[in-house]
Amino acid sequence: MDWKVFLEQAPSGGMTYLGWLMSGLFWTLSVSACAWVIASVVGCVVGVARTTPVGWARALGTAYVELFRNIPLLVQMFLWYFVMPEVLPKAWGDWLKQDLPNVLTLPFAAQFSLFEFSAAVLCLGLYTASRVAEQVRSGIQSLPRGQTGAGLALGLTLPQVYRHVTLPMAFRIIIPPMTSEFLTIFKNSSTALTIGVLELTAQSRQISEYTFKTFTAFSAATLLYIAITLTVTFLMRALERRTAVPGYIAQGSGH
Amino acid sequence: MGGSFDWGVIWTFRAALVDGMLTSLKLFAISLAGGIALGTLLAMARLASWKVLAVPAAAFVNLIRAIPFIMAIFWFYFLTPMIVNKLTGHQGEAVGPFASAVVAFIMVESAYYSEIVRAGIQSIPRGQPWAAYALGMNYWQSMGHVVLPQAFRNMLPVMLTQAVILFQDTSLVYVVGLKDFLGAASKGGQISGRIVELYLFVAVVFFLVCFLASWGVKRLNARLAVAR
Repeated sequence: MDWKVFLEQAPSGGMTYLGWLMSGLFWTLSVSACAWVIASVVGCVVGVARTTPVGWARALGTAYVELFRNIPLLVQMFLWYFVMPEVLPKAWGDWLKQDLPNVLTLPFAAQFSLFEFSAAVLCLGLYTASRVAEQVRSGIQSLPRGQTGAGLALGLTLPQVYRHVTLPMAFRIIIPPMTSEFLTIFKNSSTALTIGVLELTAQSRQISEYTFKTFTAFSAATLLYIAITLTVTFLMRALERRTAVPGYIAQGSGH
Repeated sequence: MGGSFDWGVIWTFRAALVDGMLTSLKLFAISLAGGIALGTLLAMARLASWKVLAVPAAAFVNLIRAIPFIMAIFWFYFLTPMIVNKLTGHQGEAVGPFASAVVAFIMVESAYYSEIVRAGIQSIPRGQPWAAYALGMNYWQSMGHVVLPQAFRNMLPVMLTQAVILFQDTSLVYVVGLKDFLGAASKGGQISGRIVELYLFVAVVFFLVCFLASWGVKRLNARLAVAR
């Protein structure tokens, strides 16, 4: 393997191939982090909606999960990027395609615009929200029924029961599956390359195309993916230990 | 832009779309069969007491699961022709794009299926293989006649759920330019300029297929739960 290739000057961006790789890593992490914010907020709302006694909220939550879970991520990516600007009113679509890219120039030699970035973030965020919602729902449903009943009997309103009783417990229980959901979003962010976001996978392919050092370029990206996965897993284990619910089997075992 | 849809474009490209769907289904069926077969072998290797088998199997599974599906497709798309050429001494294109894609999908799916099969094997009480050995069976007989049949029954719902995910994932071959269902729609969109209608059609078809399949799995799951 010829690692020295990364010190060579790349044809664009005024940086070396190592710079391209780092730019890819930066955008992989940025897309994943922004999408994660959407996924956790929307996912919690949808997940909670599916556990409420309110019929229409449950139905809406179920519809959301079924819709986003049964269409391939790649197809959803194309719907946000190619289809959305066309089905919106013409002025809005034009704004997305022409004005949004000029709102700000993306840093780190991005070679793509804010429109591609936003479409990727929105797509990954809303898709992963359907998976997060299922984790939140099963977390809430794993709690003994008596907890909600006791809360209500003490005179708390339903929102207060969620705020002070159900959710604090559920969130602590679902940390391990949420870690794997974050790792899923991180890996799925490579789908954004199909709409032109030059993230880590795309950069490694671009480097291989320019230098013909495919093995080296792919190995570098693979090692970076593994390094991030291990780091996230390690950090979340520490969080898990700190937030473990006393009396549960998972406590202290590091799961 | 309401009202200016032209759904006739789907009829215009019906032959290409059907062809694309057949490619997707072929890829799905081969990767499902290959993934389960190789995944079962990987799970058996991981659970073997022989470290020479267990360690590389675990390394392969964890490596594949740590990288994006698309990265894995790129890897095998690059490696497969190279390795085949090296082994056969052949020059030039020995393996077509479809075969490379199939190898990539089998490899990735085998890693995911091996985790399912491993959990399935581990759900069988230890006394069962011991009883099989005590009756004079060897490793393969105990696996084939005692452990795996029960393990597969326990993990059937999970395996079917993973199959629905695999069917969705076949759309990822788009990244190597293979003309699957999505690829056919994309191509038709480029020719006709009617990308909106074609992509919406693809989304609706995928949704219907996957929604009905998931619903079927849920019903099967309920029936199996009663039977147990």
